[in-house]
Amino acid sequence: MNLIVPASKVDDKDSKRIGGKGYALASLAKKGFNIPETLCVTKEVYNEYVTRTGLRERILLELHRKEFKEMRWEEIWDCATRIRNMFLRTPMPAELEASLKDAIASRLSGKSVVVRSSAPEEDAASSSFAGLHESYLNIEGTDAVLEHIRKVWASLWSDAALLYRQEIGLDVEKSSMAVVLQEIVVGDRSGVAFTENPNDRSQGVIESVYGLNQGLVDGEIEPDRWIMDRMKKKIITHIPAKRKQWIIPFKNGVQLSPLPDTMSNQPPLSPKEAHNVFALAMKAEDFFKTPQDVEWTFRDNDLFVLQSRPITTASSKTSEDNRSWYLSLHRSFENLKGLRKKIEEDLIPGMIAEANHLAEIDLAILSDHNLSEEIKRRWEINHKWVNIYWEEFIPFAHGVRLFGQVYNDVMHPEDPYEFIDLLTRTDMASLERNRMLEDLAAHIRNDHHLREQLKEGRYPDVELVFTRKMDNFIKQFGDLTCAVTGGKQCVLGTDPLVKILLEMAAHPSTASADRKSNRTAALIEKFLNQFDEDKRSEANEMLELARTSYQLRDDDNIYLGRIEAQLMAAIQAARHRLEDQKQKKGDAVEPNVLSELLADLDHRAKTSSPYKNTPSPTLEIKPRQLIGQPAGPGISRGKARVIQQHTDLSDFKFGEVLVCDAVDPNMTFVIPLASGVVERRGGMLIHGAIIAREYGLPCVTGIPDATELIKTGNEITVDGYLGIVTVGPEEI
Amino acid sequence: MEKTEEIKKRLKDLFVSQNLAVLATHQDGQPYTSLVAFAATDDLKHIFFVTPRATRKFANLTADSRVAVLVNSSINQPSDFHQAVSVTVVGSAEEINGPEREQHLQNYVAKHPHLVDFAKSPTCALVRVTAKSYYMVKNFQNVMELHITE
Repeated sequence: MNLIVPASKVDDKDSKRIGGKGYALASLAKKGFNIPETLCVTKEVYNEYVTRTGLRERILLELHRKEFKEMRWEEIWDCATRIRNMFLRTPMPAELEASLKDAIASRLSGKSVVVRSSAPEEDAASSSFAGLHESYLNIEGTDAVLEHIRKVWASLWSDAALLYRQEIGLDVEKSSMAVVLQEIVVGDRSGVAFTENPNDRSQGVIESVYGLNQGLVDGEIEPDRWIMDRMKKKIITHIPAKRKQWIIPFKNGVQLSPLPDTMSNQPPLSPKEAHNVFALAMKAEDFFKTPQDVEWTFRDNDLFVLQSRPITTASSKTSEDNRSWYLSLHRSFENLKGLRKKIEEDLIPGMIAEANHLAEIDLAILSDHNLSEEIKRRWEINHKWVNIYWEEFIPFAHGVRLFGQVYNDVMHPEDPYEFIDLLTRTDMASLERNRMLEDLAAHIRNDHHLREQLKEGRYPDVELVFTRKMDNFIKQFGDLTCAVTGGKQCVLGTDPLVKILLEMAAHPSTASADRKSNRTAALIEKFLNQFDEDKRSEANEMLELARTSYQLRDDDNIYLGRIEAQLMAAIQAARHRLEDQKQKKGDAVEPNVLSELLADLDHRAKTSSPYKNTPSPTLEIKPRQLIGQPAGPGISRGKARVIQQHTDLSDFKFGEVLVCDAVDPNMTFVIPLASGVVERRGGMLIHGAIIAREYGLPCVTGIPDATELIKTGNEITVDGYLGIVTVGPEEI
Repeated sequence: MEKTEEIKKRLKDLFVSQNLAVLATHQDGQPYTSLVAFAATDDLKHIFFVTPRATRKFANLTADSRVAVLVNSSINQPSDFHQAVSVTVVGSAEEINGPEREQHLQNYVAKHPHLVDFAKSPTCALVRVTAKSYYMVKNFQNVMELHITE
């Protein structure tokens, strides 16, 4: 059996082996449609590759680290990233490579090709994988084609594809992928034609752009649009676009370029050509007997069909989990650049100004009524910024992922998360806070008298450099009693800040987070050198964007925390005022505007807490070895400190392992004391993982029920290479 | 009776066909068994497996290197009783470091390519069991012993 079949030699029994896309093209070619030279790489090639290289089992091991349903979208993305890197780093077995090379040489020698996915499950009318799997345009040279075949195979395991297959209930163990290699037809005008308009079945739609149609398919370029009458086969309306850019071939790939003026004034299709395109699409519909979505291109007035598939109605987005919402976070580089500008120039300064402005208001002089109005106002302000956080900051985090993919594609690193080392920034707010803590601890370490005073619970009443620095710290970051940065006196009668400082002072200064800078510089240089000069500045820009995105993942929480702290300060002031009134008048205090408001807020605030509060099961289950994700390389052993609520942090001791439901940047002040980090929430790019990497601490994330299974005081080993946590002594 | 060469071949075939073995260690006399992915050398002198160093099996074999390893071809069917072959290896275990490690690790990964990330993790030990004797059971009750002599 031939592993690779030219479109012209395909027969009916091949349909399952070459996938929907390949089979549709072959059928059209037989019917006399003008299609580019096409080779179908059957799914047996894929199966052969994953079986002989051991990849099949590695993929399934990766996917079964955890129940798929329990994975957060971030974990699915991580999983997809690791699998993609396996494909990038695993060459084809020699025999397989030789037979592919022969076939390519005989049919596509010297030609640039498009490498398209054609999964056997794709394009079936009942399920639409349209756009889920990748295609690569304008690939030159056999080696490059082979590498891109592997990339297309890898896209079978992208986050989107994994979620979609889960949603429609396809068995991942049986997934395989055929690939179509197609000679590139460098069209001067391209587009798509829908023989039936989903909004009005009496109509069809044509969309067209100058150049290649990748820009249209990706949504980067706005197309001209023609609405067609299906019956009369006539144009109903033409909706012109603002024609500004086009996609043209560039080296081994394509690029987005400004459109020459002569073209921007002229629709890409004449009315006669629009009619021709529509007639071609209708012919495909007649042949396949169902409405078609046809990709086409004109080269020197010759019209080619690039692919044709049944129109699928937009997939029902009724899925209850919000993981598919996360897929919308995949943003283009252009989109992220715009978002960066807005965040840096507009939103962050806005947040800082807002927090500062609120801090200036003297709450003590407000009347009860005005204080309650102020609390309501702050509630709204906080709410507004939380929304902005979800709408603008969270999507911006995709900058890190976008860069990660580019980095892995170019470098094929052994560690698929090496790219994070290029993003390290020492000016992150949480690191700045920790440096200030270390500085304060050094004062205590070097001053015996001060240390004894603090241990006895006496705060120095004279003005010292130390007290000035403490005041400055509290002004910026709060006294660490609150779950948000900048909050003060959330817990009366404890002084976590002093406790943490004494603990830090009792031990030699821990490794600072700055030590990686040399390695970072070397990695950056190595990465940028992979690009030709004309592409280097774009690569650099992408790196800079990712660095900003990486830093913001942490900083935004801290800025947001400062605003929330101002809301809490107002609530706290109201509480104290009510307490005072009670003291003065006894229990006879009438409910007033403040007490009613506080009761209402208590009710509303119950919903969100980063600490999981499920009761422990009655059956005693003792964990021994728990599997999660390797999120920071290294190994360490220490006593667990399980954080059930924010106040637990102040008991943190040197050398303990931080075990937490979800680490947020407002908690990471204990990291300089920690020997490892374990987190229930999964992901490589979550706060716990980020800061652990900064400090070179082993980190394991994504362990279900970590804070219930592990108890404070348990002796645990954190294996950040394999993503496992071993609990307890070795006694049987 | 089977000749030595035939028994050796049978052992080799079994070790090539099977991926998993049961490792027996003990802690203060309390036996403890674990499932491991193994690879055997052609000369039947050694069996290799990989384990994280934080495990019980590693602590046990570090404290006492005497171990037993069971490899068998059962498929959880009634036919196992007349068809399956089972081999118990008795020997001593040690962690392999230094230049030898790389070579042995390559052979190990060649048999278990999907375990490459696990095997190469710095937190895992490559353990070599040097066989002293083999006890082969087949046809339900037929037991043959094979002792390794230098």
